[in-house]
Amino acid sequence: MPDYQAPLRDLRFVMDEMLDFPAHYARLPGGEEASPDVVNAILAEGARFTREVLLPLNQSGDREGCLLEGGEVKAPKGFKEAYRQYVEGGWPSLSAEPEFGGQGLPHSLGMVLSEMICATNLAWGMYPGLSHGAADALRHHGSDEQKASYLTKLVEGVWTGTMCLTEPHCGTDLGLIKTRAVPTGDGAYEISGTKIFISAGEHDLAENIVHLVLAKLPDAPEGSKGISLFVVPKFLPDADGNPGERNGVTCGSLEHKMGIHGNATCVMNFDAARGFLVGPPNKGLACMFTMMNVARIGVGIQGLGLMEASFQNALAYARDRLQMRALSGAREPAKPADPIIVHPDVRRMLLTQKAFAEGGRMLVMYTAKLVDLVEHDQDAAERERAEALLGLLTPVVKAFLTEVGFEATNEGVQVLGGHGFIREWGMEQFVRDARITRLYEGTTGVQALDLLGRKVLMSQGETLKLFTKEIHKFCQAKAGDPALKEFIEPLAKLNAEWGELTMEVGMKAMHDREEVGAASVDFLMYSGYVTLAYLWARAAKQAQRSLGGDEDAFYKAKLDTARFFYQRLLPRTRAHAQMIQAGAASLMTISAEDFGLGFEI
Amino acid sequence: MKILVAVKRVIDYNVKIRVKPDNSDVDLTNVKMAMNPFCEIAVEEAVRLKERGVASEVVAVTVGPKAAQEQLRTALALGADRAIHINTSAETDEKVESLAVAKLLQKVVEEEQPQLVILGKQAIDTDNNQTGQMLAALTGLPQGTFASEVKVEGDKLQVTREIDGGLQTVALSLPAIVTTDLRLNEPRYAKLPDIMKAKKKPLATQTPAELGVEVASKVTLLKVESPAERQGGIKVGSVDELVEKLKNEAKVIS
Ligand SMILES: Cc1cc2nc3c(=O)[nH]c(=O)nc-3n(C[C@H](O)[C@H](O)[C@H](O)COP(=O)(O)OP(=O)(O)OC[C@H]3O[C@@H](n4cnc5c(N)ncnc54)[C@H](O)[C@@H]3O)c2cc1C
Repeated sequence: MPDYQAPLRDLRFVMDEMLDFPAHYARLPGGEEASPDVVNAILAEGARFTREVLLPLNQSGDREGCLLEGGEVKAPKGFKEAYRQYVEGGWPSLSAEPEFGGQGLPHSLGMVLSEMICATNLAWGMYPGLSHGAADALRHHGSDEQKASYLTKLVEGVWTGTMCLTEPHCGTDLGLIKTRAVPTGDGAYEISGTKIFISAGEHDLAENIVHLVLAKLPDAPEGSKGISLFVVPKFLPDADGNPGERNGVTCGSLEHKMGIHGNATCVMNFDAARGFLVGPPNKGLACMFTMMNVARIGVGIQGLGLMEASFQNALAYARDRLQMRALSGAREPAKPADPIIVHPDVRRMLLTQKAFAEGGRMLVMYTAKLVDLVEHDQDAAERERAEALLGLLTPVVKAFLTEVGFEATNEGVQVLGGHGFIREWGMEQFVRDARITRLYEGTTGVQALDLLGRKVLMSQGETLKLFTKEIHKFCQAKAGDPALKEFIEPLAKLNAEWGELTMEVGMKAMHDREEVGAASVDFLMYSGYVTLAYLWARAAKQAQRSLGGDEDAFYKAKLDTARFFYQRLLPRTRAHAQMIQAGAASLMTISAEDFGLGFEI
Repeated sequence: MKILVAVKRVIDYNVKIRVKPDNSDVDLTNVKMAMNPFCEIAVEEAVRLKERGVASEVVAVTVGPKAAQEQLRTALALGADRAIHINTSAETDEKVESLAVAKLLQKVVEEEQPQLVILGKQAIDTDNNQTGQMLAALTGLPQGTFASEVKVEGDKLQVTREIDGGLQTVALSLPAIVTTDLRLNEPRYAKLPDIMKAKKKPLATQTPAELGVEVASKVTLLKVESPAERQGGIKVGSVDELVEKLKNEAKVIS
């Protein structure tokens, strides 16, 4: 069975040494609660909880899956009890406002915890996973009455939340949804329609489930401008706020799927279910975005957690497994063969995992700081800047970390050889679980369009400039440092090229809009590599500065990993740049018919 | 009733132990530290006694470096009311021997006058299993070691002890000293709000010098070695060969 140790030392490096979280927390209103000793105590206890309670249920939950019986869904054995402990421990409410029963700690801290949850049991983590976003959507857009009815319960985890967007005929294109909302005359609505793929749509972990549902009003305009958001509880709250009458929303069936078997992915039937409008009519998609932005970063963190888990176990195996001798001569002559970690190719795989996981952690924590600032910063200009940067980086966190997360977990299987393919080792589960992260909350293709189309080109490149300027400043400040030259020079070049490539695509797109779609995924991956290069350079700077103490080995390993990233992963930007520049023609010429000449299915 | 619980900062039991290349000691750089598991059981028992209304106050005490305050905070998060840190940073960074710890605890017992002192039966780093016993000798209090059940009845304490091949139940007059075994209870997880509240609970600091106790080491650590690596098994061709090997190589039958 896979093991896992929360990367607490690495988190301290990223949070305290690299990104100066102690000062950041001290500046946040209410941040005095998040003093370094309390943060450490929280992370240590979170590490313990996830390892001891969630990890043992990961493989069993995968094998057992969920069960639908008489409209009720049973989560795998142990999930309910673990959830009870999670709620009792006060974990769900970590970063929520005290006003609604929260602990008022910074959001970024919750994000660190969610890395640990995703690394130990993603399927379980998807039960409470959407409650936070649901609470956010209600907090921002709900009426006072809705807040009173649902917020505290969601925040404390007594109830869980879902997001119901997808329908059988539409996932990406939500303008096509058919679910209807008819006013009942008493201020409520009757919601009717079918939603599919609803994560945690039905389960036995919590006493009530609060669905946030996209539906159309009778007089709604066509397309995405005619969508409204509704809150539809499984049990309608009674006069005392407790679960009362059963509402007309039921689970029709469970999907059988490739991964996250322990999470119930439900077809949800709404039969004149009583719902309540959240936010203004026909503005549902905008309101839902409050929830989706949180959730998208959350999915990026899933990619990170899975890579870390896969890396730790691949590493343990590679130190242990004896096979063949090192090419340059035996390293452990006393043993029948050398451990496979001596082989260059095994090291390539392990370092790929390590560099993406540690770099991914830096990216998540960099973004987490922005999330804190957007929520709490007192200075409007600062807040605005943070918001723009967060908008830019959200699709990168979501798509880049899940793409490389899938690659890294796959390498984890490869390190174990044939044993990686065998269920018992748990390495293939990481791959299957990682596969969904590239799909839900908007596919990689959709994230790439969001990045290049909406975030970069629609702002005339201004949003991107905000970030490239920061990188430029960093490069300038360190330009004279010979110890950092190997990082700063390539970074400065790439940073300049990033802007140039954007201009090129922008120019082409003025003649042909398809150019945006054709360049988008390569642009996203390119952006991800350059962003990680920036963060790895900062890590290298920090490590360089700390050399010479009794933690030398730690900092040397950081520098070596930074070098690996620069020499062995960053060259992928060459291919992505070329593919961005190749333009749309080679993609668009071939007709849909000609794709399949000679066969038809 | 006031309960004093002693806790120790040790290497986290989940962490893989590495010996320093020069065999001088266990390598503790970059290693996660935590409360000794037997001490966790001690804290849990004290907190349960308080929750049952038997105890009125739980005081946690540790002897160790500055960083050991983390473990006191953990004890406070788990339900202790206040904490005492005997800071040995000035004397030594890691090691204080059992006898010195027992002498320091003796001073705390004299000052605090607890009805019950609960300690872990041993710390997983040194495996000495003697501090509780030494403290009993120094204070002249009765002891119930390796406890798997503790019941307070009036001014008597009933302790069920795990002994070789069975259980033994003893009655002690209070005040008394108890050391915990593994099966006494299952420690809880700290709750998030309690972790935050722990910061505001009182934590007093004292030094061995203030208590008038000499902590200088009288034992020198010569060498630490990893356990021998397990040898792979072998396949035998016949029952005769097996018997032969058991007789002559393993020498387990004659
Ligand atoms: C396990 C699981 C859990 C899920 N949980 C939830 C949930 O809780 N709530 C919820 O509402 N939904 C959920 N979903 C649905 C998920 O978000 C959608 O499946 C996803 O957004 C893609 O939609 P689709 O499946 O309809 O694919 P489609 O939209 O049909 O897309 C098919 C392909 O076309 C591409 N594509 C589509 N449009 C474009 C475009 N304009 N440009 C370029 N490429 C394009 C996509 O990238 C994709 O590769 C879940 C799905 C799964 C499998």
